[in-house]
Amino acid sequence: MPKTPVSFNLNGVETSLFVDGGQNLLDALRRGVGDLTPKFGCNQGTCGACTVLINGRPLLSCLVLASSAEGDSIVTAAGLADGPNLHPLQRAFMDGFAAQCGYCTPGMLLAAKALLDRNPNPAREDVAEAISGNLCRCTGYAPIIEAILAAAEVMRRSSRT
Amino acid sequence: MNSVEFRKELFAEERADNLSEIGRPTVRQDILGHVTGRSAYYDDHLFDGLLHMRCVRSPHHHARIRSVDFSAAERMEGVRRIVGPADVPKNLNTLLSLINFGKEDEPLLSERKTSYRGEPVLAVIADTERQARGGGPRRARGSVANGDRRRRPPAAAVRVDWEPLPHVLDVEEALAPGAPTVNETYPGNAFEYHGRYDHQKLRFGDVDKGFSEADRIVEGRYRMSPIEQAPIETCGAIAAPETGDRYVCYTSTQALFFSLSTTAKLLDTASSRLHFVGGTVGGGFGGKVDSIVEPMAVLGAMLTGRPVKFMWDREEEMQVGAPRGAELWIIKDGVAADGRILARSFTGYFDSGAYTRLSSYAVVKSTGHLPGPYTIPNVASNVFCVFTNRTPATAMRGFGITGVDYAIECQMDRVAEAVGMNPVELRILNAYRDGDMKAHRRVAKNTALIECCQVAAQKAGWQLSPDALRQSSKEGGGGRRSAIPETATDQVGRIGERRRSQLPAEPLAGPGPRGRVPAGTAGPATEAAPPQRPDMAMDWEREKSPAAALPEPARPSISPPPRIPASGISAASASAASPQAAEAPYAPKAPFSRGVSKPGVSRFLSGTRRR
Repeated sequence: MPKTPVSFNLNGVETSLFVDGGQNLLDALRRGVGDLTPKFGCNQGTCGACTVLINGRPLLSCLVLASSAEGDSIVTAAGLADGPNLHPLQRAFMDGFAAQCGYCTPGMLLAAKALLDRNPNPAREDVAEAISGNLCRCTGYAPIIEAILAAAEVMRRSSRT
Repeated sequence: MNSVEFRKELFAEERADNLSEIGRPTVRQDILGHVTGRSAYYDDHLFDGLLHMRCVRSPHHHARIRSVDFSAAERMEGVRRIVGPADVPKNLNTLLSLINFGKEDEPLLSERKTSYRGEPVLAVIADTERQARGGGPRRARGSVANGDRRRRPPAAAVRVDWEPLPHVLDVEEALAPGAPTVNETYPGNAFEYHGRYDHQKLRFGDVDKGFSEADRIVEGRYRMSPIEQAPIETCGAIAAPETGDRYVCYTSTQALFFSLSTTAKLLDTASSRLHFVGGTVGGGFGGKVDSIVEPMAVLGAMLTGRPVKFMWDREEEMQVGAPRGAELWIIKDGVAADGRILARSFTGYFDSGAYTRLSSYAVVKSTGHLPGPYTIPNVASNVFCVFTNRTPATAMRGFGITGVDYAIECQMDRVAEAVGMNPVELRILNAYRDGDMKAHRRVAKNTALIECCQVAAQKAGWQLSPDALRQSSKEGGGGRRSAIPETATDQVGRIGERRRSQLPAEPLAGPGPRGRVPAGTAGPATEAAPPQRPDMAMDWEREKSPAAALPEPARPSISPPPRIPASGISAASASAASPQAAEAPYAPKAPFSRGVSKPGVSRFLSGTRRR
C-alpha cells in the first residue's frame, strides 16, 4: 500500500511521517508519532476520547484522515503542560477530582481548552455544551464542569495581572 | 448520626483506627497521570512487529457449524495465522472453576455450534488490523435490523457453513418443556446448584403458614433488561514473548490474577510463565473480568512468536461484551392489616446468556440478600440461573443485588398501597434491626435502614408519624427476632424434573418429600435454643478472633441431626460434625518448578511512548 508523507506541527514541534492512505489521525499520532495521549474509544466519532485541537478547533482524530493534516497545527494533551508546570485546566481537574478512570480526560481537557480559548468567561451551559461530545462513563460530569469553570476563573485572574 | 461500628473481630490488630478521610477533599494518587495523558493503559505500550487479531463470529443466535473453510483467508495479504478451536490446549472452561464452582461449559473458540450472536469460531492474525478484518467475513453494510443481509455476509474470506437452530431469548421460555438446549453442559437450561437442584433454594420458616395467617396477599412481577457497561476503553490485551520463556500480557482486565490463572488454565501452561501487567483500566464497571481477551492474545503470541494485540472494537464491545444480565423477579407477600409482612416468597430468574460466566455466583449472592433489609419471619425463594441464546452476562456494579433490590422496593410500594400505609413508615415498620436473624441465617449488624428512611423522608419533606421518627435500628431487634424459626423444607426442582414434568417454578410447588428443620440459632447454643444445624456452630467459631473466644460451646444438642434426606448434604454435615479435627493449613505439594529469579523483558517492547 503506498504511503504518503505528511508534515504538521504537533505541540509546537515540526513533525513528519509516512501514513497509509486510509489511516486516521488518531492511529498516526499514536502508532506513527508515539503520542499516546489521544485515546481510542469508538473509532466512529461518538465518544470524544480521541479529541485533539487542529488549528485551535476540537476535532475527533478518529474521523480525520492523517494525510489531510498536512501543514496543520495540532495540540494534544501532551502539549498542555509547560514543562513541569501544569495547565490551569489540568490543575483544576486534579484539585476538583474531575477524573476517575482517566480515559476520557485528555479529550475532555482539549474540548475545554478550545472553549476557554474562545470564551474566557463561559456560563455553566456553555461548558456543558462544549463537552457534550465527550462521554465519561464513570459519569463524573458535574466535577468536570466545576473544574472547567474553576480553571476559567484562574485563567481570567492571571490574565488580568 | 455517628454510629458506624466496624466488625473489629476481622483483622482487628492490622487496622488503624485513625481514619479521617471522609468529608475532606483528597487528591487521587493516579490523577497526575490522568490529566497529563500519561497513565499507561494496556494499549499505551508500543511493540515492534505488532500483529493484530480479529475474530470470526457467528451471525446467528444459535447455529450448528457444519464446516469452516479458511483456505482463502489464509492466503490473503498480511495474514500470519488462523487460530482455530484445535489450537486452544484446553478449549473448555468456566470462570468460577478457579474456586471449584460449576462445570466447564464455555469454549474459547467454538467448534461444533455457537449459542449466541457474536460467539467466536476462529481468529485471524495479520500484520494490520485492516488485514485481519479482511480475513473474516465482512459485515453487510446497511441497517442492523436487516436480518436477511446479515445472514449472507458478502465476499467472506472465511466461509462458515451455518445451520441455524431454533433459539430461545427469554428465561421463562428457556425453562419450558421443549425449549431448545442452549448449553450442552446444562441440558435443562439452568445452572445446577449443589449437584441436586436446578435453582438456588432459600427456606426460612414456613411461607405457606405465613400466607394463611395474612390479611392481604400482594403479588408482583419485575423485569430488568440487560445493561452494557460500555467503558470508553474497549476490552483488549497485548501479549508478547519475553526472555526467560515467558509471555508478557498488558491487559485491560479488572481482575489481573483471575485473568492470569484463567489464561494459564486455557493454555495449559504454568502461571509462572505468564507476566501480566494491568491495573490501569479505562473504565470497567464489571465488564472486564471475563478473561477472554487475555488467553486469546497470549495464544496468538505463542503461535506466532510475535507480539499480538486482541482488541474489541466498539461494535464487539456492545454485541459480545458481557452485560449485566436480564432479571425477572416474582414476589408474593402475605401482609397483616397493620402492615407487617408475615411471609414473602420469591421466584427469581437470572438470564445468564449462553454460558455461566459469573451469573451462578450472582444468584447465590442475591439469595443471601433476600428478603431485602427487612425482618420477615417466613421467607422462601427459588432463584434460577437460566441459559438463553443471549450474550453471556457478567458482573456489573452490585450484580445479584441491584435487580432484586429494585424489585423489592417496587414491591414495598405496592404493599403500602394495598394496606393504605405511608410507604416510608411501612419500611420502618418492617426494617431489620441490630441482632435480627436474616433469612440466610446470619445475624444483622450495623443496620441503618430506619435511619436512612428518616433522613430521606426529612430531606424530601415527607411527613412521618412521631412513632416512626422515634424508631431506631439499635432498639427492638435481637431477642426472639434472633432465632431461626422451624423451617419447612422440600425437594422441589431436582435437576431435570422441571422440564420433564412441566412444573411451575415457584417455591414449594411440585412433588417430592417435605420435611421440617427444628427452630434454633445460628451460633452457639443459648438457653432458648441450640444451633439449628451443627455446621452453624462451626462457622461461628471460625469467625471469632482468638482473643474474643467464647467458652467452649456445648456440643450441639439437637438429636437427631436435621433430616435432609440427600446424600450431598448429609455428607457435608457429617464431615462438619467433627470441628475438633484441626485441618493442616494448605501447602502446595511441590514447589514451583518454573519460577524465574527476575522478570524477563520482551525484545519487542519499544517503549510505552516515544514522546
